[in-house]
Amino acid sequence: MSKEMLEIKNLKTSFRIKDNYYAAVDDVTLTLNKNEILGIVGESGSGKSALAFSVMGLHNRAKIEGNILFKEHDIANISPSKLNKLRGEAMAMIFQDPLTALNPLMIVGEQISETLILHKKEMSQKQRKEKVIDLLNKVGIPMPEHVYGQYPHELSGGMRQRIIIAIAIANKPELLIADEPTTALDVTIQAQILDLIKTLKDDIDAGIILITHDLGVVAEMADRVAVMYAGQIVEIADVHTLFDNPLHPYTRSLLNSVPNTQEGQEELHVIQGIVPSLSKLPREGCRFAARIPWIDDSAHEENPVMHEVAPGHFVRCTCHNHFHFPDESKEDSTHGIS
Amino acid sequence: MWKFIVRRLVITFPQIILLSLLVFLMAEMMPGDALSGLLDPNIDPAAIEEQRIKLGLNDPWHIKYADWVAGLVQGDLGQSFKFKMPVTELIEQRLVNSFWLGVATLIFTYLIAIPLGITSGRYNDTWADQMITGYTYIGFATPLFIFALVVLWIFGFQLQWFPTSGSVEPGMVPGTFEYVLSKIQHLLLPSLSLALITTVNTVQYLRSEIIDTKQKDFIITARAKGASESRVYNRHILRNSLLPIAAFFGFEITGLIGGTVFVEQIFGYPGMGQLFLESVVGRDYSVVTSVVLLFGIASILGALISDIILSLVDPRIRIK
Repeated sequence: MSKEMLEIKNLKTSFRIKDNYYAAVDDVTLTLNKNEILGIVGESGSGKSALAFSVMGLHNRAKIEGNILFKEHDIANISPSKLNKLRGEAMAMIFQDPLTALNPLMIVGEQISETLILHKKEMSQKQRKEKVIDLLNKVGIPMPEHVYGQYPHELSGGMRQRIIIAIAIANKPELLIADEPTTALDVTIQAQILDLIKTLKDDIDAGIILITHDLGVVAEMADRVAVMYAGQIVEIADVHTLFDNPLHPYTRSLLNSVPNTQEGQEELHVIQGIVPSLSKLPREGCRFAARIPWIDDSAHEENPVMHEVAPGHFVRCTCHNHFHFPDESKEDSTHGIS
Repeated sequence: MWKFIVRRLVITFPQIILLSLLVFLMAEMMPGDALSGLLDPNIDPAAIEEQRIKLGLNDPWHIKYADWVAGLVQGDLGQSFKFKMPVTELIEQRLVNSFWLGVATLIFTYLIAIPLGITSGRYNDTWADQMITGYTYIGFATPLFIFALVVLWIFGFQLQWFPTSGSVEPGMVPGTFEYVLSKIQHLLLPSLSLALITTVNTVQYLRSEIIDTKQKDFIITARAKGASESRVYNRHILRNSLLPIAAFFGFEITGLIGGTVFVEQIFGYPGMGQLFLESVVGRDYSVVTSVVLLFGIASILGALISDIILSLVDPRIRIK
């Protein structure tokens, strides 16, 4: 059996706005191996969450093209009942905002039990309660018997995120998608939650897709990284390659905008402009071209595709060969690229 | 939990005292009194003045208020000029009628609102939803008194399926089966026409609550657990959407006591609403003040019940 457990091929997820469909995820191809953490980074609106929701089959009204192959199923074309059997059992998701992701009117014990009720029908009520207490222990909740009967509003944000993680890992999923799991938490709690996810990964032996806009989180957690821009993956590589030898102009800009305290740099590098909205996306050519106007048009491909520049290192478009930051000289920028 | 209810009860007392003071002062400010207008104009004004002093009508307001409150706590609301009977007895009869009308209306309101609201909210923007919203817009736009008149004309006078006035057939013996049946028959038309119009609020409320809850993050969590669509609706969306409806229930109880002025008047149904209208038109002041006070107390109690219901169903409201 191959190590690949999830294979996404040419995925295109489009939403209908008035009479037209607009793709929030466009031509995404990637694989996830067993016991691997794949980081997906990109700024807001780049389609990271839309990608995650497509894999979980959580988009209600989207048009999904391409294939999402997981456990002999193609999630892009699956019946709702089969999908419900996979969700919560073989694949699970950790959500971005722990403050809203729990039902305010249900005690947390009941909310964790629900996924057991749905997938482990043979469990008795007593076994279920024991299992939930065990899960609460596992995610590091103090006094689990007491917390079992509490409502979400009685718990802190970090505690609630632990509850959500407990729900996700209840049935030992093979695929775990964490959609910005630490964005809504403060820094000390972030570290704890990331540690917890890492520990649990080894425990349940799952493949994890970690979505974040925080490069620090990626550097610490991921084995491989995919960088998304405007619905497309622009660069994908293992984490060391990506940080040591970033190629795509967008990846380089992202890394450049991380504040560096060691060099005493005072001004923060920012990438000019924003990700264009869905309906205003350029459908042809390099989507990042508009944000690097000082690069000559001829540097871009007409229909940018992924190029394998080194084993396992893919970059979209040819413009990276000619890219330099506006305040650098051209010669500087091309070092490291033959 | 109990602390919250007790605390909530305690603040209703000053509310009721303030209300009684307001009702009393407003009645005081109305021109005229029991001796103006009703008497023969040929009587010597000095004799009337003497009578006024004797009845205490010239006392300062705070003494009159104290007298009035003293009567209230003993259940003495004064005499009605028009009906020539104690106000307490008069209100008692009417209150029972209004109560049953209110109960019947409530039952119809929820029987209509809950299925329609759920269908409309769950399948929003489908043809079924458009039909239901269409009905609610018609309901909002139709004045109750016109609708009630049309219903009365069609089903009461033309088809003669229902009686056109009163709360029970004359000559029935209370306690018999026929008596109860006749009561119900008299209730159906007014309560149904009232429910058909007033339920549109609840339908719209439930619809928008469901549409709102549908988009909440915890619904995505439930789907991600593998819950089927029907489970998501029954266990998560519906329960959370019914919260405001449950809270509204307390205010509906106010309606049980208050009755409805228009519907009772049109259907000649002897309830509190009709009594209120008759006493205002007939300048029956002791009845007016008593009825207004009772309505006020009913709304204070309605708010109290709403708060208690909400604290029972919504764990976030419970104050420690």
